Amino acid sequence: VLHTTRPLHTTQQCLAPLPPLPEKGGEVRHGLIPEEFFQFLYPKTGVTGPYMLGTGLLLYLLSKEIYVINHETVAAACILSVIIYGVKKYGSDVAAFADKLNEEKVAKALAVKNEAIKNLETAIEQEKKEQWRVEGRSYLFDAKRNNIAMLLETNYRERLLTVYNEVKKRLDYQVALQNLKRQKEQDHMIQWVEKNVVQSITPQQQKDSIAKCILDLRALSKSAQAAA
Amino acid sequence: GPLSERRLMDVRLGELPAWLATCNFSLQGLLGGVQKAWSSYYDKYINVKRGGPAGISMLLAGYCVLSYGWNYQHISKISFLVSV
Repeated sequence: VLHTTRPLHTTQQCLAPLPPLPEKGGEVRHGLIPEEFFQFLYPKTGVTGPYMLGTGLLLYLLSKEIYVINHETVAAACILSVIIYGVKKYGSDVAAFADKLNEEKVAKALAVKNEAIKNLETAIEQEKKEQWRVEGRSYLFDAKRNNIAMLLETNYRERLLTVYNEVKKRLDYQVALQNLKRQKEQDHMIQWVEKNVVQSITPQQQKDSIAKCILDLRALSKSAQAAA
Repeated sequence: GPLSERRLMDVRLGELPAWLATCNFSLQGLLGGVQKAWSSYYDKYINVKRGGPAGISMLLAGYCVLSYGWNYQHISKISFLVSV
């Protein structure tokens, strides 16, 4: 409930971030009367003015019975004394504890803020690294282009070799075929010639040739004997 | 500044009736005035980093005075036989 009554952004120009809370509250004397009252009476009555006013007011209230003294007065006096004793004795401890709680809250918020800042800074560094990587993109594409060119070249040469081998095989076949044909023709012709020659040798010719050979052999043996 | 836009503390004593005439006494105006007073008190004494006992003690004192004022009629009728 307390927070909703605080007016935020009441002026046109809204200050963001909000201004920090004031360190100390308004000055209050004796815990009850704001300092402004004393300052208000100071020019006319000096330092003791408000105290005289308070005493006079108190005496007037008591004497005219506007404030009656009964059992409640005693109770109020006891309660007030206990409260004042408690505040005087434990006030600073409670204040330190509350300050510590506040400090923890602020530290947590600060930690969150620092965490966010650190995350954003690492993100920025990574972004810069990515930008640096982008510069190397052209080299990547050049390497890829070289690879592809080499692949194409290899493939082309392989196919060239295949073509050459195939053509050579066909030509070798033709050459072997021709050689074989010529060989067969040669053999056949030799056989035919021999057959005809053997057929053409008549028995008369055979006797004559044998007699001639015997005569030649005798002559040769004679010449050999003469030489030896 | 103009009379209608000044706060109560800045109005001089002689101008008080005129200032009261310019005040907005409808329900909305009264509620707005109460809210403004409370928010100014809250911002001055309670919503600070290192407050003290002054913030709530003044509220309690005001409450005491107000309740005494409401019960004055009953308190002023003192019964004589209580103190026996």
